[in-house]
Amino acid sequence: MIAAADRPIHRPADAQLLIADAAGRVSTTPRTAFLDVLRPGDLVVANDAATLPASLRGEHRPTGRAIEVRLAGRLSLAGDEVREFAAIVFGEGDFHMRTEDRPLPPPLAAGDRLALGPLSATVLATLDHPRLIRLGFDAAPDAIWAGLARHGRPIQYAHVAQPLALWDVWTAFAGPPVAFEAPSAGFSLDWKTLSAMRTRKIEFATLTHAAGISSTGDDALDARLPFDEPYHVPAATARAIARARLEGRRVVAVGTTVVRALEHAARRDGRVHEGCGLADQRIGPATRLKVVDAILSGVHEAGTSHYQLLRAFTDDATLERMVEAMDAHDFRGHEFGDSVFIEAHVTRRPARRRPTSRRLPVLCDRR
Amino acid sequence: MFTKSSTPFTGLRVAVTGGTSGLGLALVRELLGRGARVAFVARSRDRVERIAREHRGAHGIVGDVSLKEDIHPIALQVIGELGGVDVLVNNASDLGPAPLKLLADTECEEVERALDTNLLGPFRLTRALLGALAASARERGGAVVLNVSSDAAISPYPSWGAYGASKAALLHLSRIWDAELAADGVRVLSMDPGDMDTPLHALAVPDADPATLKRPEDAARELADAIAAALHDEGRVS
Repeated sequence: MIAAADRPIHRPADAQLLIADAAGRVSTTPRTAFLDVLRPGDLVVANDAATLPASLRGEHRPTGRAIEVRLAGRLSLAGDEVREFAAIVFGEGDFHMRTEDRPLPPPLAAGDRLALGPLSATVLATLDHPRLIRLGFDAAPDAIWAGLARHGRPIQYAHVAQPLALWDVWTAFAGPPVAFEAPSAGFSLDWKTLSAMRTRKIEFATLTHAAGISSTGDDALDARLPFDEPYHVPAATARAIARARLEGRRVVAVGTTVVRALEHAARRDGRVHEGCGLADQRIGPATRLKVVDAILSGVHEAGTSHYQLLRAFTDDATLERMVEAMDAHDFRGHEFGDSVFIEAHVTRRPARRRPTSRRLPVLCDRR
Repeated sequence: MFTKSSTPFTGLRVAVTGGTSGLGLALVRELLGRGARVAFVARSRDRVERIAREHRGAHGIVGDVSLKEDIHPIALQVIGELGGVDVLVNNASDLGPAPLKLLADTECEEVERALDTNLLGPFRLTRALLGALAASARERGGAVVLNVSSDAAISPYPSWGAYGASKAALLHLSRIWDAELAADGVRVLSMDPGDMDTPLHALAVPDADPATLKRPEDAARELADAIAAALHDEGRVS
């Protein structure tokens, strides 16, 4: 059993890194040595999504009962399309209580009004689960942003005793506030590391992926995770990936969300296209990775969707050896924990054809 | 022919602090006029709402850059409402004691307030927006932070101690950050707009003849030109 990291420190001095190479060999090193496991020419791609204050306390107006709404999904990344969200609703209690133990909200029905601090919202639809709804804010986009900024809090974790502030859940390079929970693999990268990459001829690029909620505490809901997640691949990133593939250089994903976005963007013809998409696929042992050669990720427990995704990179025997090594070295799990670096088993041949500039259908407007 | 639509400002996403009066308001108008998408920040809800109403397309954000707890909510709204940020203008300034005082008569709290607004505010907000600025630079070839400075940052004017010291520190912060971020394509500029006919100047020098002072509109034009020049130097494509 891996213990949870219980303090919101992005780069603890004693953070560890477990490495599983392409041959399945497992070793550990201090995480500060992360760049030493990379090679000159590697292209590191990170998710630059900033984390929304997605937890909103309030009241279910028809019953007057206290609720917590956690925004959990959206179909677009556009800043002016923030009226509708998929949301998970909890009953009374707070984050000190494990989500597993949180009571259900009062029965919810379409049309119910929710008072959420300065914001008001309507249940647009219930989504065949007592906690899951489609929610609509009753305000203009700027007023919704202002309300979220003022009243929203980052989604909190029972394993972190002190309340998380927004700065605790933004990576050093966070940009568009579209993630529902932090793309936490990026916590290990600071500006010094980004600068050192440049010195070592390691390329750095970003995409934006609306990382969804990691766990709801409800088995039926958790089985549906991850929800569909919108992403945006900038033109510069698509070009950098095309160049790396052409030259046989590795693409290293920082976090599971980057894998999901890149593999989705390349699903048609193996090439990562610039633009927006909606990642709706599940990645697991049967997935043949088209783009990503290695992943830097957090420590995930067997059974989670994150762990399933790692099975696309390496075989179960290697994953088992990894778990043994992490146990032996007291690795810590969750958002502020230690990290793993896994090289994909099979190295692909470089893409032969030059990339085209065809764009994906535009789902988000990034004017 | 040089037209407004061909300027580097078309569609550019700009955040301006202290955007409801003086130079900040003039900048909001200048940038909107050049086709930029503008989010402005100020403390007074009434003023923010009024300026937002009067300037179609400007996004008003209520917040106080001198408060640590306000910075991330401000950054969230800036990036959320504009969908990213290409230029940040740290313009909001605090004079320190008004009327001005000799440094030996200045209260610690007055120095702290000047530092919170003129130094820590720009530091924190720039840091919170740096990911978005660097992404903009990677994507389009350059981003700019413009810190509004003063000749008081260089000349030791008696009775301008709190303001002058905070602006001197901001100037040095700008220079260090510009050096550190050069490889990322993020320029950090510092500009002295000159003595202008603004509320801040009226606080400092109540009996100044406005006719002898620069119009904030003229200073705003110069600042916008400097931003355009920096983006051009970085090879930015809009």
